[in-house]
Amino acid sequence: MAPVVALLLGAMPAVAEEAPPGASSCFGCHSPTREGATIPSLRGRDPAEVAAAMRAFRDGTRPATVMDRLARGFTEAESLAISAWVVR
Amino acid sequence: MKVARRALIGLLSAPALAQGAAQIVVIGGGFGGASCARALRRHGLAVTLVEPNATYTACPFSNAVIAGLRPMERQRFGYGALRAQGIVVVHQAATGIDTTGRRVTLSGGSVLSYDRLVLSPGIALRFDALPGYDEAAASVMPHAWQAGAQTELLRSQLEAMEDGGTVVMAIPANPYRCPPGPYERASLIAYYLKTRKPRSKLLVLDAKDAFSKQRLFEAAWAALYPGLLEYVPLSAGGRATGVDVAARAVITDFGNHEGAVVNVIPPQRAGAIAQIAGAADRSGWCPIDPVSFESKLVPRVHVIGDAAIAGAMPKSAFAANAQARVCADAIAVLLRGAAVPEPRLLNTCYSLVAPGYGISVAGVYRPAEGLLADIPGAGGTSPLDAPASFRAAEAGYAEDWFETITADAFG
Repeated sequence: MAPVVALLLGAMPAVAEEAPPGASSCFGCHSPTREGATIPSLRGRDPAEVAAAMRAFRDGTRPATVMDRLARGFTEAESLAISAWVVR
Repeated sequence: MKVARRALIGLLSAPALAQGAAQIVVIGGGFGGASCARALRRHGLAVTLVEPNATYTACPFSNAVIAGLRPMERQRFGYGALRAQGIVVVHQAATGIDTTGRRVTLSGGSVLSYDRLVLSPGIALRFDALPGYDEAAASVMPHAWQAGAQTELLRSQLEAMEDGGTVVMAIPANPYRCPPGPYERASLIAYYLKTRKPRSKLLVLDAKDAFSKQRLFEAAWAALYPGLLEYVPLSAGGRATGVDVAARAVITDFGNHEGAVVNVIPPQRAGAIAQIAGAADRSGWCPIDPVSFESKLVPRVHVIGDAAIAGAMPKSAFAANAQARVCADAIAVLLRGAAVPEPRLLNTCYSLVAPGYGISVAGVYRPAEGLLADIPGAGGTSPLDAPASFRAAEAGYAEDWFETITADAFG
């Protein structure tokens, strides 16, 4: 079975991968594709930069309207996983 | 062998799915259903969306339409992008669900088989709950709580009203669609009256004493609409016990309140198909597993959006979209026979109290004791003492959010 699976996988288009906890909700505001958006896209960013922003929002050291309230719902480990996923 | 085969199903492209693949049926083409269909399709699954209307009319920002601040056209969305993505969109009503045989019957008589069914039916207005307020009454005293013709009726009634008239609003007890929505509507109607018909009054009758973003709304009302907007909570006799259609009045225990324009937001329950599926409990809403959004009453049926009992998560478009994504991921995991990991979900709800003056409430949620619970220390409302620039920024983010969420749901 395994070689057959590998063969099929190679021929198939990439499909969505499940998001780590919390990450998919980010797209409710941060569109990865919409042009001209005020709320910035996260696609293509450095995940470390996104994680640092989340940390600063969580700590209250970066001014925010709503991101401070949201970032406080996540641990550093959760924020890192989210950051790695949302930039793809 | 079985697991391996299931693993493949999630990876196949649409043409390859023609035979033997998992079939997902989504009922309801609003923010929850359309978003979920698209997310399921991104997982490579075969998805059929059942939605009777060819055009969706969005509720968020419809209060701005009522106040004359926004054209109705901006609320309307089609399903062309879903079709282009490979989703089969059927503009019929689902009339029956056989949850044992896993089949959905459509109004045209055809039958759809499913491996997993997603219900995102939104709300049904309860025309049996408030004496006198039936469907015919809604053509005189609009609810405007499902956007469309009702939104335009309330708008035209406000336009036709003479300066000096009284507008009456009746707001239900919890739970109902969009917890801060009635107060945003009160704010924007007050704005319309202040700027266009300044001798008029707005009387807001509420069946409860506490509501979403209350301190922010009340501070804004005191600053912007003193003497114009009068708020009557439950404890001061604000609960509507019925309506008198002929007199165009809302009845309370403390007297009748006649209005030149009367907006009655009646009690609600999950959309009718939820009852038909057996997914709604005696409350009228649908209990769900907060990890997978699978019904606690009917296996292989998932319920998202306003119809679901989601604990601390409000009935909002943002929440429906967030739940749609988590539900789609859960279905993809279940189809390959794996355990669904515990999710986290967000909500952010903006309200306008005047043009350029936005406020918000946000939350972060996790499954706890069979419901979705607030993560302590996170979420909450905009600060009470924020400067005008902060309110202006949130008003701008509200508009931007609407553009993004509608682009995600409808393309």
